[in-house]
Amino acid sequence: MAITESPAAATATQRSAPAAEPTPMVTIRGVSKAYGPNVVLRDIDLTVNKSEVVCLIGPSGSGKSTLLRCINFLEVYDRGEIRIEGQLVGYSDTTPRRRLSNAQLRGLRRNVGMVFQQFNLWPHMTALENVAEALVQVRGMDKGAAADRARQMLARVGLADKADSYPSRLSGGQQQRVAIARVIAMEPHLMLFDEPTSALDPELVGEVLQVMRDLAADGMTMVVVTHEMGFAANVADRVAFLDRGRIAAFGPPREVFHESPDPRLTQFLQTYHERNSF
Amino acid sequence: MDSNLLVQYGPALLRGFGVTILCWAAGCAIGMALGFVIMLLRQIEVKPLRWLLRAYIEVIRGTPFLIQLFLLYSGGPAIGLRLEATTAGILGLGIYGSAYFAEIFRAGFQAVPKGQVEAAHSLGMPYGGILRRVILPAMLVSTVPALVNMMAILTKETVVLSIITVPELMYEMQTMAAETFASFETILGMALFYWLLVEAVSRLGRRMEARVTRFLSHPSNARA
Ligand SMILES: Nc1ncnc2c1ncn2[C@@H]1O[C@H](COP(=O)(O)OP(=O)(O)OP(=O)(O)O)[C@@H](O)[C@H]1O
Ligand SMILES: [Mg+2]
Repeated sequence: MAITESPAAATATQRSAPAAEPTPMVTIRGVSKAYGPNVVLRDIDLTVNKSEVVCLIGPSGSGKSTLLRCINFLEVYDRGEIRIEGQLVGYSDTTPRRRLSNAQLRGLRRNVGMVFQQFNLWPHMTALENVAEALVQVRGMDKGAAADRARQMLARVGLADKADSYPSRLSGGQQQRVAIARVIAMEPHLMLFDEPTSALDPELVGEVLQVMRDLAADGMTMVVVTHEMGFAANVADRVAFLDRGRIAAFGPPREVFHESPDPRLTQFLQTYHERNSF
Repeated sequence: MDSNLLVQYGPALLRGFGVTILCWAAGCAIGMALGFVIMLLRQIEVKPLRWLLRAYIEVIRGTPFLIQLFLLYSGGPAIGLRLEATTAGILGLGIYGSAYFAEIFRAGFQAVPKGQVEAAHSLGMPYGGILRRVILPAMLVSTVPALVNMMAILTKETVVLSIITVPELMYEMQTMAAETFASFETILGMALFYWLLVEAVSRLGRRMEARVTRFLSHPSNARA
């Protein structure tokens, strides 16, 4: 599945020197969140530079999804701040801060794409219509132009021949690739993935990971919650290990996977090796 | 019914049938529109408004349609609402239906998969667009059986309009029965007729259901 020309390709060369970027893509500072008495995120700090791939790993319930969903304000964070390209997420940049209006939130979200575990395609629309919808509604494209662009995006994820299929007629892997096409059609600056392959049969995981690899190679900035340790080890620039709402380990995959002294991380990775080693 | 009677009363019965269909269709349309608005208003987190809408639904569902209709038609003038019988009938049917339609829509709204709406939000789609293009179609799928059922119930409720002299089928039939001492068979014929009407609505509904859920068919259970 070769991804052909891409406007983002030029930025891929900057990957070798992400520290030189003036404004990081995402800056998370002291973010905390609780559901009632249940503290889910504790004082999270995380920076994602442009064109970087950061994987979030950690045990179930450690707060990975919550953190990811705070980045595009699908979830409200209580304390701290999250900035995307310098712009504060969800709140006005004043003291005291106010919640952004829905229109302002939409402005922010158009640059942030999200891919869900359950795909969340609209079942009453064909693959093409799923991809074209936001182009019409958010980008204001006319129907014809949106359909053309949607077709290109489907081709990019290897599904040119499925344009007129309804989601119910597609395999899980194909549905997830349509969902990715729906997002990249909007030319987001940042893509968030919440366990994009966890709902897939094992033999379909590879095709989705390949599309994600191609995106990364094209210079897309990605934050990926995943249980695919192979993907994290090979594609991520940095890996964050979340444990009980805290980032317990953070660094290049080699360091996190092999050199971290954190006992919880060792234990977490141990269960993985055991599960995958028979 | 012998042929003389049919010649004499046929036109009136036919007109009555037309009025029945008109009242039913208009009542359903008003009921659904009103019910949908009520459902939307019920999403707003304002206590007095929620309480008011809840009371409206409880009262409408908890009292007989006949009494509601009487109140609207005979009690209306007391508050300056003077309605012609057919208008009152249609409005009454619409109000009566709205409470039930509102509940059906509410269940449908709650059944819309949250992820589909979140996906739309995450793409930056405006709420109006999400409602129209994501929520409504999803609701249609889950509510069509209940909507059709309610529409079939309303066909039967149209007979109540005869009480306030709406010249619908039941009214014309009563006129005929009174003037000609119509037989038991005539009345049985009418019952059969309403049954056929309900059956027709249900059948239409099943066709509609098949249509709106077409896209859900998986290759393994699709028709050849
Ligand atoms: N809407 C909610 N209301 C209350 N508690 C919630 C809600 N969403 C998540 N939680 C709680 O927050 C904690 C973190 O959940 P989260 O979904 O972020 O974990 P996760 O790391 O993504 O786990 P998993 O690997 O199972 O997806 C859990 O204890 C969960 O029960
Ligand atoms: Mg999760």
